[in-house]
Amino acid sequence: MMVTYLDFERPIAELEKKVEELKHTTSTRNVDIRSETKKIETKIKKMQKDIYTTLTPLQRVQLSRHASRPYTLDYIENIFTDFQELCGDRKYNNDPAIVGGLARLGNETVMIVGNQKGRTTTEKLHRNFGMAHPEGYRKAHRLYELAERFKKPIITFIDTPGAYPGISSEERGIAEAIATNLQRMIELKVPVIAVVIGEGGSGGALALGVSNRVLMLEYSTYSVISPEACSSILFRDASKSDYAAEVLKVTSKDMLKFGIVDEIVPEPEGGAHKDHKVAGKLLKKALAKNLEELKKYSIAELLENRYDKFRKIGSFKQS
Amino acid sequence: MFWIKRERRKFNSAGKAKSTIPEGSWKKCPTCNQIIFSEEIQRNLMVCPKCEHHFRINATERMELIVDEGTFVESYAELETDDPLNFKDIKKYKDRLKKLKEEKNKYSAIIVGEGKINNRRAKLGFFEFSFMGGSMGSVVGEKIASIVEDAIEDSIGVVIFSSSGGARMQEGIFSLMQMAKTSAALSKLKKCGLPFISVLTDPTTGGVTASFAMLGDIIVAEPCALICFAGPRVIEQTIRQTLPDGFQRAEYLLEHGMIDMIVHRNKLKETISKLLNMLKN
Ligand SMILES: [Zn+2]
Repeated sequence: MMVTYLDFERPIAELEKKVEELKHTTSTRNVDIRSETKKIETKIKKMQKDIYTTLTPLQRVQLSRHASRPYTLDYIENIFTDFQELCGDRKYNNDPAIVGGLARLGNETVMIVGNQKGRTTTEKLHRNFGMAHPEGYRKAHRLYELAERFKKPIITFIDTPGAYPGISSEERGIAEAIATNLQRMIELKVPVIAVVIGEGGSGGALALGVSNRVLMLEYSTYSVISPEACSSILFRDASKSDYAAEVLKVTSKDMLKFGIVDEIVPEPEGGAHKDHKVAGKLLKKALAKNLEELKKYSIAELLENRYDKFRKIGSFKQS
Repeated sequence: MFWIKRERRKFNSAGKAKSTIPEGSWKKCPTCNQIIFSEEIQRNLMVCPKCEHHFRINATERMELIVDEGTFVESYAELETDDPLNFKDIKKYKDRLKKLKEEKNKYSAIIVGEGKINNRRAKLGFFEFSFMGGSMGSVVGEKIASIVEDAIEDSIGVVIFSSSGGARMQEGIFSLMQMAKTSAALSKLKKCGLPFISVLTDPTTGGVTASFAMLGDIIVAEPCALICFAGPRVIEQTIRQTLPDGFQRAEYLLEHGMIDMIVHRNKLKETISKLLNMLKN
């Protein structure tokens, strides 16, 4: 995997490179070198902490889209066993921008549905940069209903810039596909957990997000519009994305404060891309806990819980 | 697609009350380019008498067109938009809201309530495009969910006339979540066997289209209305292609199986009334 760095990661990356070089080029007998290595490692720790505690909202947005960040299939590999992918909407196509299938979380069989981005250029094109067409949402819909019929809990992974804005998407009814999923998800007679793992972009994200529990990874974002698009609409130029990211309030902390998400799932130091395995482990723990809790709910309680959760979201005055 | 205040197009009647059009003024129809006497257009329900172009009309005009005279009772008028993000672009969101309230006496992008259509009761919603492009924020979402729940309580149907630029960007994630909230409420209505007729007027876009508006048991559109998820400008920027003629217009959606019918404004009340009568239990 090609390693890429964001601007604010560079100073850390350079020090990390130095440590690697010291470790490789010298014999470990050399005490000076060893203490030098230790010194740099302490420095990295401190620098990382300084940088990550003062991240700007736009930097967080960049982290949520980090090219090395784990995607849905990475989490599936690191969290579940026996994953069996299920394909197609039975109507038109199989959209690779949304993946789904059966898997086991511990002893529990669950249905997984998630947005999928690509890592290499070829994969990116294949996955359409994680931007699904109507057939992707219709596949999700089919898998939700399949899970419901066989009484399997549903876990969704959200990671998309948004539904695909193009002719093919519009002519096959992207609006209807999203709307239908929003409505069907509220009716599902099984536990539903949604996790925002990267970019939670607009309606294309929400179409996987109507759930009993919404979890959000520490450095993921959730927004009605991307900061870039917001900036170009409001200021007629995309250069104010930094400001837009700030004013839109898109971070996991904002979402927790607003009551949009129930829980923030911690990431490894420096972000999930630093260690996919640890990121998976942390998320697995949160998923297992929430699933255990939801299994105690009756069907009526699950439905009521989900309805009330979304029914009460809103901010207005009564004059 | 998101709403943003743009320069008012020269011949766009959106949001102008009838009385504000000076007597004897002329209008140019954007479709047939004919210059027409404004009063003639008004008499014709704001439809071009030469080419049937449907001009945008505001919530009050729409209500007068659809509801039996004197039967409409507004509800949830007391709900007022809040500013949860303390949002500011070129102007503060609070100031925009204040200006709409003080200068135009407008509080919300939707008017909801109950009225009779040819003597049949229904819960009704009329979008007001001149209020921030009819965009859906917390108040719009709450009003829609509330009348849908009221409809269940009273065992009557719901009719919503959409005209919206989509989500209210200024309310960030709260506006996105209204898509889930309105769709959830309609799920309950559906279970009770009560009809929801969704009427899409120019323009119905973004998060409004991708939630309650496309969930109608029956979906009706006005001729030539723009109906889409991503707006034409966004698509053009993404794919850098010129869009086909008539793309995302009501006729295009009918052809692609996305809506049930296109109805001329002068047949709209009659059609809705007929549908409500035929769907009643
Ligand atoms: Zn004309």
